[in-house]
Amino acid sequence: MKHLDEYRDGGLARGLAARIHSEAKPGRAYAFMEFCGGHTHAVSRYGVQDILPENIRLIHGPGCPVCVLPIGRIDQAIELAKNPEITLCVYGDLMRVPGSNGASLTKAKAGGADIRMIYSTLDAISVAEREPQREIVFFAIGFETTTPPTAMAIRLAQKKRLRNFSVFCNHVLTPAAMRQILETSDPQSLPLDGFIGPAHVSTIIGTAPYDAFAGEFRKPIVIAGFEPLDVVQAILMLVRQVNDGRAEAENEYIRAVTPDGNRIAQAEIADIFELRESFEWRGLGEIPKSALRLREAYRDYDAERRFSMERRVARDNPACECGAILRGVKQPRDCKLFGTACTPETPMGACMVSSEGSCAAYWAYGRFRASQRRAAE
Amino acid sequence: MNKILSLGRKLDLRHGRVDLSHGAGGRAMARLIADVFHAAFDNDWLRAGNDQSAFDVAGGRMVMTTDAYVVSPLFFPGGDIGLLAVNGTINDIAMAGAKPLYMSASFVIEEGFPLADLQRIAQSMGEASRAAGVPIITGDTKVVERGKADGVFISTACVGAAPIELSLSGDKARPGDAILLSGSIGDHGVAVMSRRENLCFETDVLSDTVALHELVAAMVAAGGPSIRAMRDPTRGGLAATLNEIANQSRVGARIDEAALPIKPQVAAACELLGLDPLNVANEGKLIAIVAPEAAEATLAAMRAHRLGAQAARIGEIVEDDCCFVQMRTTFGGDRIVDWLSGEQLPRIC
Amino acid sequence: MCLAIPARVVELLPDDMARVSIDGVVQTASLAFVEGVGIGDYIVLHVGYALARIDEEEAQRTLKLLQEAAMFGAPA
Repeated sequence: MKHLDEYRDGGLARGLAARIHSEAKPGRAYAFMEFCGGHTHAVSRYGVQDILPENIRLIHGPGCPVCVLPIGRIDQAIELAKNPEITLCVYGDLMRVPGSNGASLTKAKAGGADIRMIYSTLDAISVAEREPQREIVFFAIGFETTTPPTAMAIRLAQKKRLRNFSVFCNHVLTPAAMRQILETSDPQSLPLDGFIGPAHVSTIIGTAPYDAFAGEFRKPIVIAGFEPLDVVQAILMLVRQVNDGRAEAENEYIRAVTPDGNRIAQAEIADIFELRESFEWRGLGEIPKSALRLREAYRDYDAERRFSMERRVARDNPACECGAILRGVKQPRDCKLFGTACTPETPMGACMVSSEGSCAAYWAYGRFRASQRRAAE
Repeated sequence: MNKILSLGRKLDLRHGRVDLSHGAGGRAMARLIADVFHAAFDNDWLRAGNDQSAFDVAGGRMVMTTDAYVVSPLFFPGGDIGLLAVNGTINDIAMAGAKPLYMSASFVIEEGFPLADLQRIAQSMGEASRAAGVPIITGDTKVVERGKADGVFISTACVGAAPIELSLSGDKARPGDAILLSGSIGDHGVAVMSRRENLCFETDVLSDTVALHELVAAMVAAGGPSIRAMRDPTRGGLAATLNEIANQSRVGARIDEAALPIKPQVAAACELLGLDPLNVANEGKLIAIVAPEAAEATLAAMRAHRLGAQAARIGEIVEDDCCFVQMRTTFGGDRIVDWLSGEQLPRIC
Repeated sequence: MCLAIPARVVELLPDDMARVSIDGVVQTASLAFVEGVGIGDYIVLHVGYALARIDEEEAQRTLKLLQEAAMFGAPA
């Protein structure tokens, strides 16, 4: 596959790894947080950590929109789905996310709720057109990458004068979460030397927003493409910044990310959405100005205004360490529930359900390292 | 021939539909069985018209298997539910190193199912059965009310004969054994998914459904008792099969991603859908665990057969208390290959 | 979730839509968020939408940088 396979080349990986080994200063520890679920997945799936020197540690951040969705919002979605007039359209990743009391969309569907897995918001619009007697609600989640498709669905609903389509909006913003991590992180428990910036969020927002970070927090950020060689190249660039004492926003993903980003998408988002004062993130708590809701002009397409929905605050299982894991201060194997009560078949928290979650990634790809470590001791 | 005349009006195979009378045990059911199933499967046992069929046992060890097929959609690129049913059942016998001999097929049909589709499925089965030399000698037909079955469900059984000296089993893998794979992975799953309404992508990929017993015979001739186990990676894909064997044998496996044969379109479709090809179903491939001294000869026999032209040695069995299946990625790092959690998409086989 | 994959535009359709191909696997996608995309161009495809056009020159430059960085320890 063009523009894909070239960035998975093992030969280039070996060369880059050797370069990193030579440039990382022995005796100095480097800790880089990757912020994007896609990066977490790539790092685990290709075993990127294996080719890096011992003194470079990759920390998984809260870049998985399924993982940071609070339980209360899943509960609300399940309530919507149980309404006999509503057809809830969702991306596949959401089906197994556990809500309160072990509920989930999969279980609600088995119980008769009309829940349809879709690949694209265009499909949700098709359903609304084909079934005018049903109320179609699209369960929208995602960072800035996934917000434009939701915006387009609302725009199409408007153009087609659909009376039966609305969105349950849970879109969240990347810079706000990065800011929260940097502002609340304790350098003792989480020494962070830099960020690997998200690939496709950046195609939308551009590189400009990251300049402020680098300047304000004095931490280097390198925006990296999705493929393992992109990630490794970004790590090399970060090591060089740290060694040079620089703190800049750099762009490795120049083939798809520009300084301005996607102006058309930004304009659509600005027209349809506005900032919520505050939004609860699983694991990170309430973060101000970190999420979107539909503007007043689009109230007809806002499920929260169309259907009476009680605000629900639900608590995670007290032993669940998803919060600490999302902030990067703990690892999956530090959680008592990991591998015992919490497995991919019986996920307790979102980090295990989403394939981009740290726990699922570690379970699926990385557990052998623990036994290797034990064998070495 | 008298029997046919007494069955009343002929079926309208082009435009007619199955209704409850076709399952009621009377004239209509006899008509359906004769015109659709007997016509397609066509052998002496069925023509005798009994509820059971007899055959002689040659001696040696008997092997028996049963399966159910609920694939959706019923017709997909490269095959249909009938073809899957015949080939899949034969393959279960073949994985024991046994020669498949006779099959049965039972149908649970939904009221309203088009007769033309039923005939198509039956003809598919008849052709596959003849090509494999495994006659369908007995069966059953039931019709259920609309909504109680998704079109048609097929249940099968097959008996075969295995040579006494062969005793393949998933718990016989030993450290040092070679892991051989007969060909490209993921074809069937991608072909079926391409017809799922909510996924809409276009592809030329065909299901790889095929009967593997002749390939197995060639392998057994080359490797004999050095073949510890064979299994076909259907639901759950290669990952499930390797994990099953690793756990049954209490060993680990180490495989090399670069050695896995995969068609470019299958790889692309998996990228698009976010699926790992190792988790995607196959219906015409097998894994063989072979003692090291016979690995090369067995692999050569596979490659010499038309169904094993892409066969590859993909890894080996190792000692591992945790029974992990580990893969060296093309990138150079390592990762685990785990069972898929939950069902990605319902009813692939 | 964050599944974005490079795909080649093979046919332009009305209403800002297009057929795009990844190694022969073809899907319909919306081009509403990208401008000036023609047949043969590569776009980044995410849940049925093109989010960006892949700049061929920048891609070449990236590969060159990767190759140079990877030539570590190669004989002079």
